[in-house]
Amino acid sequence: MSATTPVREELERRPKGASRWLVPAVLTLGALAFLLPFYLMVIGSLQAEPDTSLSGLVPSGGLTTANYAAIDGSVDLWRTLLNSGVITGGAILGTLVFGVLAGYALAVLQFRGRGTLFAMVLLVQVIPFQLLTIPLYVLTVRTYGLADSYLGMVLPFLVNTTAVFVFRQFFLQLPPDLFSAARIDGASELRVLWSVALPLVRPALLTVVLLTFIGPWNEFLWPFLVTKEADMQPLAVALANYTANVAATTSNPYGAVLAGSVVLAAPAVGLFLLFQRHFTATNLSAGVKG
Amino acid sequence: MSAVTPARPAATDGSRPKTASGSDGHPPRKGLTGLQRAFGRHPIGTLLALPYAVFLVAVFAYPVVLAAWMSVHDWFFSAPGVEVDHPYVGFENYRQVLTDPAVHQAFLNIAVFLVINVPLTVALALVLAVALNRAARGRTFFRVAFYVPYVTASVALVGVWLFLLGGDGVVNSLLGPLAPQPSWLVNSSLAMPSIAGFVAWKQLGFFVLLYLAALQNVSKDLYEAASMDGAGRVRQFSTVTVPGVRTTTALVVVLATITGANLFTEPYLLTGGGGPDGASTSPVLLMYQLGIEQGNPDTASALGIVLVVCVGLLVLLNRRLLRSES
Repeated sequence: MSATTPVREELERRPKGASRWLVPAVLTLGALAFLLPFYLMVIGSLQAEPDTSLSGLVPSGGLTTANYAAIDGSVDLWRTLLNSGVITGGAILGTLVFGVLAGYALAVLQFRGRGTLFAMVLLVQVIPFQLLTIPLYVLTVRTYGLADSYLGMVLPFLVNTTAVFVFRQFFLQLPPDLFSAARIDGASELRVLWSVALPLVRPALLTVVLLTFIGPWNEFLWPFLVTKEADMQPLAVALANYTANVAATTSNPYGAVLAGSVVLAAPAVGLFLLFQRHFTATNLSAGVKG
Repeated sequence: MSAVTPARPAATDGSRPKTASGSDGHPPRKGLTGLQRAFGRHPIGTLLALPYAVFLVAVFAYPVVLAAWMSVHDWFFSAPGVEVDHPYVGFENYRQVLTDPAVHQAFLNIAVFLVINVPLTVALALVLAVALNRAARGRTFFRVAFYVPYVTASVALVGVWLFLLGGDGVVNSLLGPLAPQPSWLVNSSLAMPSIAGFVAWKQLGFFVLLYLAALQNVSKDLYEAASMDGAGRVRQFSTVTVPGVRTTTALVVVLATITGANLFTEPYLLTGGGGPDGASTSPVLLMYQLGIEQGNPDTASALGIVLVVCVGLLVLLNRRLLRSES
């Protein structure tokens, strides 16, 4: 079977014939299809009058930031960005604090009701959000009285269940003797968690922050339902309302809409580019929506 | 999440503490405080898990029960603080939902969405994943490029796609005289396919990563054997790659079904609220219109339950088909 090695190498490294150019061609075509709209988003937001013809791809006229001023005039960008930030920050904080506690308890501690709680965690994964939309709206707005409040907007995202899973998995990988040793030394359970367990699962913290950021930042439906006041709306909702209202009325609404899109997309895309190697299918499978 | 298994049998602690004094055959445990007898070996665990447990009950368990309850009662919004009766109406809300032509239209639209979105997603994601797997250089760049739309807000991307697909948009000016009349998003037979295409584009990067991971598990020996038997690239793709990633394909179909069932932002913004004339409404958009705009959360809840049952059946059917194949 001495022939297998060269065959294998040829298969892996030196594609012959068509695939020599086919693979790069397919990939480049794909990359163009994904990136061109982003290029148009940026270039359109910087033009006085976005040109939709082919020659408009390379702007001939001067670039301007007038569209950013225009969208800021209709939608208070700083205020809505702040709102998006508070909601996203709240979800991350809630997930880090309550998620770590729950993940630790589920992985390390033995207490009454642990089995029930874990069964519920599994069940939550299969309950679709659309079933919850209406009753959760009724509860949040009517029963809990949280309309137009940050807490109301954060509520469904307060603890990311995928994050609880991630934490639990990481804590399970730590040797149990580690915890017994610390306990014998007289450390309280919170101290064991804070000083022994947490420093060892630091990579999990980054993964959780990344997977928790994108959902609430991009979310539209839920904050759209529970906010009436423009002052409380996150950018995604404010921009959507602007898009829905002007698309029909203004003759050329694209410039301002695209400027708003750039501002909304930039933080998530920036974070993704910075930490792109942490974004893997397994890390993010259930965490990203919307 | 079936891969996650508890490290120790979870029930042993939960069910035992009260009988720890001997009735289950174990000798009484010495040194157990009353607290430990009531809450297990680490009573503090209850405390640590409590906030999350309360969250699950308030945000998931109770709303699910409420949805089911509302769907069989006459439930309407009343002034805050006013107690009103919500009489039991049996399946009246369900009858209304199931006989509503707008609901039929919305489910038909989702069927159109799935018929276009699923094959498009599976085919393109698989081709791109195979190409990425064979790529000699620039892997990181391409991976990032494919994934960027997935991490970007739909609301932001809708802005660009309005710009692309509008009446005087980029696509139409490229097509020139071939541009469809009326244009994409206001054409009743093209609105839903446009949405299906948009969603496929936005989500593709995620599915490319799923397939890329699956391709690592396809044995190289199979390609070798196929190559020895004289199979060309195309033949290798259809006889080795496609069957090799079958479980991932099933997962893609399930996830696309769930996405389709959850569709809201795209018909709301891209086609201006499910237009033209309801040709692109989705069930969730209809739930919003019924439940919140028109103030009938009871029928909207019934619609939600019908939708979930449909999705559940589709997912089960998909599982069944997959199992009977193998």
